[in-house]
Amino acid sequence: MSDMTPTAAPERAADLPAQSPPVDPAETAKADAGARLSWWRGDGGEGAKRNLGLLATLVVLVVIGILTRPDLYGDASWVWGNTLTILKLASVVGVVTVGMTFVIIGGGIDLSVGAIVALAGVWCTTVATQSYGAGGMIFSALTVGLAVGVVNGLLISYGRLVPFIATLAMMVAARGLAAEISDKQTQVSNDSFINGIATVKLLGIPLLVYILAAVVAAGWVLLNRTTFGRRTVAVGGNPEAARLAGINVRRHTVLLYALSGLCCGIAAIMLTAQATSAQAAMANLYELDAIAAAIIGGTLLSGGRGTIIGSLLGVIIFSTITNLFAINGLSTEAQNMVKGGIIVAAVLVQQVQFRSLSQFLTRNRATTT
Amino acid sequence: MSAGNDGEEIEVTNEPLVEAPADTVAGEVVLRLTDVVKTFPGVRALDGVQLEVRAGEVHCLLGQNGAGKSTLIKVLAGVHRPDSGEVVWRGEPAAFANPQAAMRAGIATIYQELDLVEDLSVAENAFLGHEPRRLGFVRRGHMARRTRQILARLGHPEIPPGRLVRHLPAAGKQIVSMARALSHEARLIIMDEPSAVLAHDEVGNLFRIIRELTAQGIAVIYISHRLEEIREIGDRVTVLKDGRTTAANLPARDTPTRDLVSRMTGRTIEYVFPDRPADDPAGAELLRVEGLTRHGEFADVSLDVRAGEIVGIAGLVGSGRSELLETIYGARRAQAGTVRMGGRTLRPGSVGAAVRAGMGMAPEERKSQALLLGEPIYRNVTLATFGRYARLGFTDAGRERAAADRIAASLELRPRDVRRPVRTLSGGNQQKVVVGRWLLGDTRLLLLDEPTRGVDVGARAELYQVIRELAARGVGVLLVSSEVPEVLGLADRVLVMREGRVVREAPAGELDENTVLDLVMAGSLMEGAPA
Repeated sequence: MSDMTPTAAPERAADLPAQSPPVDPAETAKADAGARLSWWRGDGGEGAKRNLGLLATLVVLVVIGILTRPDLYGDASWVWGNTLTILKLASVVGVVTVGMTFVIIGGGIDLSVGAIVALAGVWCTTVATQSYGAGGMIFSALTVGLAVGVVNGLLISYGRLVPFIATLAMMVAARGLAAEISDKQTQVSNDSFINGIATVKLLGIPLLVYILAAVVAAGWVLLNRTTFGRRTVAVGGNPEAARLAGINVRRHTVLLYALSGLCCGIAAIMLTAQATSAQAAMANLYELDAIAAAIIGGTLLSGGRGTIIGSLLGVIIFSTITNLFAINGLSTEAQNMVKGGIIVAAVLVQQVQFRSLSQFLTRNRATTT
Repeated sequence: MSAGNDGEEIEVTNEPLVEAPADTVAGEVVLRLTDVVKTFPGVRALDGVQLEVRAGEVHCLLGQNGAGKSTLIKVLAGVHRPDSGEVVWRGEPAAFANPQAAMRAGIATIYQELDLVEDLSVAENAFLGHEPRRLGFVRRGHMARRTRQILARLGHPEIPPGRLVRHLPAAGKQIVSMARALSHEARLIIMDEPSAVLAHDEVGNLFRIIRELTAQGIAVIYISHRLEEIREIGDRVTVLKDGRTTAANLPARDTPTRDLVSRMTGRTIEYVFPDRPADDPAGAELLRVEGLTRHGEFADVSLDVRAGEIVGIAGLVGSGRSELLETIYGARRAQAGTVRMGGRTLRPGSVGAAVRAGMGMAPEERKSQALLLGEPIYRNVTLATFGRYARLGFTDAGRERAAADRIAASLELRPRDVRRPVRTLSGGNQQKVVVGRWLLGDTRLLLLDEPTRGVDVGARAELYQVIRELAARGVGVLLVSSEVPEVLGLADRVLVMREGRVVREAPAGELDENTVLDLVMAGSLMEGAPA
């Protein structure tokens, strides 16, 4: 609200009938305070409240960890190391989830992300690609991801296929192509720079975590502070209104799937580095993890609403659960059942509890002012 | 303590409630509301509502947008529960836990946006949720028979119970909604602006049905912004303002319009149109449409709009007027013909090209075609222009809010806080947001499709003023409306459309309502007739 001085062209039609009603100074002060409060969370207070709920869930999970393994949690250096393990675990899916969040807010769905990661991973580890060194491998992974995303987008926006169908077909086809290219073999990465991405630490924190942080930060800025993000919300929230307001909905749809594909390309490099190899079956079911994380994070499956921070918290909650089972020596089967339960519970909790909580909060605020 | 009300205290109407002068209606009181209050976070939507409805009467509810009519309906329909106050339904205090409970008690509501399932049949919609069944199987034959009976009772035996609702026209859908109400043996039917979706001749049919219902002792609460309708069909009127009853049980036929309007608005405004400028204001040619055709919608339409001119298109629903407007705007692709802005031919079927050439459109369906309901007001206002406030692709929410704030001030948007979701605004204020969107940026031609549908008298006058002032600043306006007086009162030049063709073009001063209505109805073409 600080920059109240209008500049140049756009506003010239704005100052219509000259009489603007007097403004109550108290009102303005209140509005300013509101603006200050909300700068960090975009403009929707709802998203921020939901995210507090996710943080509370995370705290509960940590408390369960402390209660079940007090011996481990007594050791501060173990706690730090474990935290980094969780974040590292979250990093690859996290990057995919950022792209997925954009697609879902834009009113679509991308079931092909796991397959794109596999295809990009396999493509960048072929003998031919590896001969170009780390730069060539990174370039090819990103390009393959982007290109597959563009194809998805073109099929959906200009081919008028339903996103679910188009990306389902791509999921099958991309895995098939990955298997074809790799001849169903595991392709070992011999590039020390690429492999180093998974092992290098800066200031004691793994590089993978920095990559996740960078992608999340870029995604947040893109969604909340750019015209691209605004168009995404408009296209997902009401495509017809967006179209009639002059937004090129089709082009934007292509860009959204391209962005998702690009994120998959980044994830492919990270995953290849972690395994020091790539194969057609890698990143299996990542699409489900990413969609689940975005939904838990408060992204509306019908589009038009969602937050990057929520999606990040969704991913971290999942990897914390995985970690919880690992430190207690429990099986992955039990873990998957709990994950399924968590998805349902999280959505239920958001729908019931936090709606009434936020109503309670706003009502109290309304009556006290 | 009482927050809300949004600081508007122009109290001219704190007179005592007017009581029913004489027993014009004989029926017993079926519904009585006393001091009903309903608050939402930050807003006191209902702040002491009194209402008395008798069996067999048509009770009209009047009020500006935001006066609390919609909330009141939802309280009666069981969607909201009042915070305090008393609702007495057929002699007993009532608190409906949910819409089903209200339905079972005999209160049926027909919403403005009809809540029918498009892909179910007429009979399935009529009995939705309480299908007659035996051993868990729906008795389809029985259901169809009863639906046919109800439709006959409504005077529409020609609607087949098996037809999908999707394939019915708007008027037919409304009949199905009423059939649903009757399938519940409703004693009170609430109709929220039932005439808004109907063409002129269909309204008469609606009134006939309402009269038949009331003759059977059913009470009707009728909500409309059209005073002439209230005079024709209504028995008594209750007026709401800012969530309060400002006048109850006025006789619908002989209460002076001035009285009704002043109780609705707190000030005396006439249903007036701004004066046309004395000298011919129109400047250079802005829009030229030649031979525009879309098969089955409209054919060979040519028209032009000059800068500073308001051109109105009169025509019934289905005359092709909305389709024409959307085609000019590029939202539909023409099969033949050209659209030129300022001499340059626009790429067909491209909204982007139209917007870049300086066109803006306020479409017919606000909610589904124009608004992001969950987003803040300011983001809806800047939906077409946020790119202009951005630097290198980075949006500037501060400047957008400041710009939207000015629009809100100049259009007298209520509430004024542009960070509120658009969802919380009343219909008239939502329309202001849609029109306001095109006041930002360099819109040279504004296409308005039914700009005052569902907008109350006060906000209408404001919108007319805004449109006239836009024209005075050189913006061309192409206006479509099914209300003939609106087209005649506001436009400089009028095109009359019938069945997809322009049948008459004349300066507004040379036409009167009867002439236009004659032209608009089929079979009474009077081309060249003196006005």
